[in-house]
Amino acid sequence: MFDLEMTEDQKLIHDTVASFAKGEIRPIARDCDESGEIPAGLAEKGFELGLVHSAIPEEQGGFGETRSAVTGAIVAEELGWGDLAIALHLLTPRLLVYPLLEAGTPPQIAQVLPPFALGHQVATAAVVEPRFDFDTTRFTTTAAAKDGGFVLNGAKCFVPLADESQTILVVAQLGDEPAAFLVPRRANGVVIGEREKNMGVKALATYEVGLENVVVPASARIGDAAAIARILNRSRIALGALALGMGRAAFDYARDYAKERKAFGVAIAQKQAIAFILAEMAIEIDASRLLLWEAAWMLDQGKEATRECVLAKRYASNACLKITDNAVQVLGGHGYVRDHPVELWLRNARGFTSFEGMAIV
Amino acid sequence: MIDFELSENIVKSREMIHMVGEQLMRPISREYDEREHEKPTEFLETMWKLSAGSSFGSDREADKKAAASGPRESNLASCVSIEELSWGDAGLYLSIPNPGLGGAAVLAAGTAEQKQRFLAPFKDGAPKWGAMAITEPHCGSDSAALQTTAVRDGDDWVLNGTKIYCTSGLMAAEKSDGFVVVWATVDKSAGRAGIKSFVVAAHTPGMKVIKVENKMGIRASDTAMIVFEDCRIPLDNILGSAEVQTGNEGFKGAMATFDATRPLVAASALGIGRAALDFAREALERAGVKIRYGAAQSTLTALERDFMEIESDLQAARLLTWRAAWMMDRGKRNNLEASMAKAKAGLAVTRVTQKAVEFLGPLGYSRKLLLEKWMRDAKINDIFEGTQQINMLIVARRILGYSSKELS
Repeated sequence: MFDLEMTEDQKLIHDTVASFAKGEIRPIARDCDESGEIPAGLAEKGFELGLVHSAIPEEQGGFGETRSAVTGAIVAEELGWGDLAIALHLLTPRLLVYPLLEAGTPPQIAQVLPPFALGHQVATAAVVEPRFDFDTTRFTTTAAAKDGGFVLNGAKCFVPLADESQTILVVAQLGDEPAAFLVPRRANGVVIGEREKNMGVKALATYEVGLENVVVPASARIGDAAAIARILNRSRIALGALALGMGRAAFDYARDYAKERKAFGVAIAQKQAIAFILAEMAIEIDASRLLLWEAAWMLDQGKEATRECVLAKRYASNACLKITDNAVQVLGGHGYVRDHPVELWLRNARGFTSFEGMAIV
Repeated sequence: MIDFELSENIVKSREMIHMVGEQLMRPISREYDEREHEKPTEFLETMWKLSAGSSFGSDREADKKAAASGPRESNLASCVSIEELSWGDAGLYLSIPNPGLGGAAVLAAGTAEQKQRFLAPFKDGAPKWGAMAITEPHCGSDSAALQTTAVRDGDDWVLNGTKIYCTSGLMAAEKSDGFVVVWATVDKSAGRAGIKSFVVAAHTPGMKVIKVENKMGIRASDTAMIVFEDCRIPLDNILGSAEVQTGNEGFKGAMATFDATRPLVAASALGIGRAALDFAREALERAGVKIRYGAAQSTLTALERDFMEIESDLQAARLLTWRAAWMMDRGKRNNLEASMAKAKAGLAVTRVTQKAVEFLGPLGYSRKLLLEKWMRDAKINDIFEGTQQINMLIVARRILGYSSKELS
């Protein structure tokens, strides 16, 4: 039966993460963007909230809670409201943990996951490739079967925390289909490049990663092409929900500003030119959330949902770009200076068309 | 629990109504678009038999009571049904005999006795129509500026004024034993507070249809201009209290009707949009063009981008509409959400149908196909029951916490 009410559990998770985003993330977001660094202790605090280990099975030391894409979208929205770079930083362990839960074999899970249940561990995934025609249906990074294992070759970019990670989940083309592999950071042929300099999410350390004849055993392969399709769909929900949260942040800020700022004797929000921009933001935020929840719900039901996930992510990321752009516009010159956060949100928002492979819900 | 599955009851009735759309509406769709002002009598008789007694809209008290006793879904069910009927044909859907928007007003603002008196006749006998008359030649969105007057004279209210753009007005006022809900002021000096709604039974002396509009679309539905000249109705035909309250309360009550009806109009928009989108998708697939959802950005064609954009716009409008209806079913106030849904759906269906015509090129423009008709039909959803802009204004006021004085 059609229903849009969160469960009591979801409400609790929502409230906890929302207050963490408000109390711990938002206050440091600007400093992190300027310095390019996130305080070391924050990821531990995130871990204590259960962001990573709640979904790890009890046998591996986690709470064994059912992983739900809808709940994941709720969490990502709130963290995205706090700050996109910090949200991605806190959730990077999921880049390895969640695909393993989605498609890993029991031995792979038993081998890799237990440390992630004990405390904050850095891990990452290498999906995006540095080319304009990057295509998640055909990767240029290749995997070739050799001597009972695989040899990986190619270049990846926008790999978060690659330098600090012990293990990198690498997605590569294996013949006609994409495949995922667990690659140790220290394996021969893994070349971590300089830290990337991006337009936005500057607090998040991302790297180019080169793979030069990297040899991995057969047991390093995670799932099949169908599993990767599911992982990519989860990534779409995650990125869409982060965009939604950031768009909501920009809307909140622009709305409050427009009620304070006076022009021609009244608050600028009392002028239709501004009020209608804000009304459209509100509608598009709700529309994005409903599309994302519906697509996430389909994933939770085990339904094929590629179309819905693609459309929801496109919709939410386009809406986010328009909302953050309009938020800068509502603030005018004040929106362009770095004293206010809206310029940061606009810089971040442009990234969603480039980001893929963030399967953190 | 967050759940997007429609109940079995809704799915079943949707299937039935879809057949009505496919078998009874589509075959006569073009004919009654071309023969404007003629009525598909046989179709209307059939629909009257199929649906007699059912009203669209919501009984607030019943919703509140029901919400306390368990989940209810009559508003959501109405939205799904209306989408399906409008998928068949929006003009024909609007012409179906039922209490219509007048009925929604009675349900939203009437007493139990009034609901019984005005709506029970719709359960049997000959087909009947209800209608709502708000707009006047000089005022549309600014309904507080209306000039039709209601003056108390002994045991009667006496109505004087001119109403335009009254959907099914001809059928409700003169061609059946239905009724017209008329908005009028009892005290011009009181502004909004003086505005009340009145039920005028069909054939009441002094009520006269003087024009039926020629329109761009929804031609199967009659849109009437009605003049009231010393039109006398009983005292107890006023909906809500006759007292002119200070402040905005009375007007707010009248406006609450729209919280119930806007999702229904949005649902109709969805049906037209889906008709156009499905048709375009099938036509493109027959021509060998398939929309590739997971394809790389750099390889998407302009057509694929446009298609995905209108498809997700329409689905967004649908979910906003269902949310507004679901909130009513749960007894939650939905003034903001109803306007969000209406603003989004009106715009979405306008763009969806215009794009679909574009996709099909010269075929889309031809009257051989229904696509051009759907584009003409669609535009009304961006206008009636509150234009896109008036709904944006309501959304803006609500999110900013402004009164109509603070943001006009």
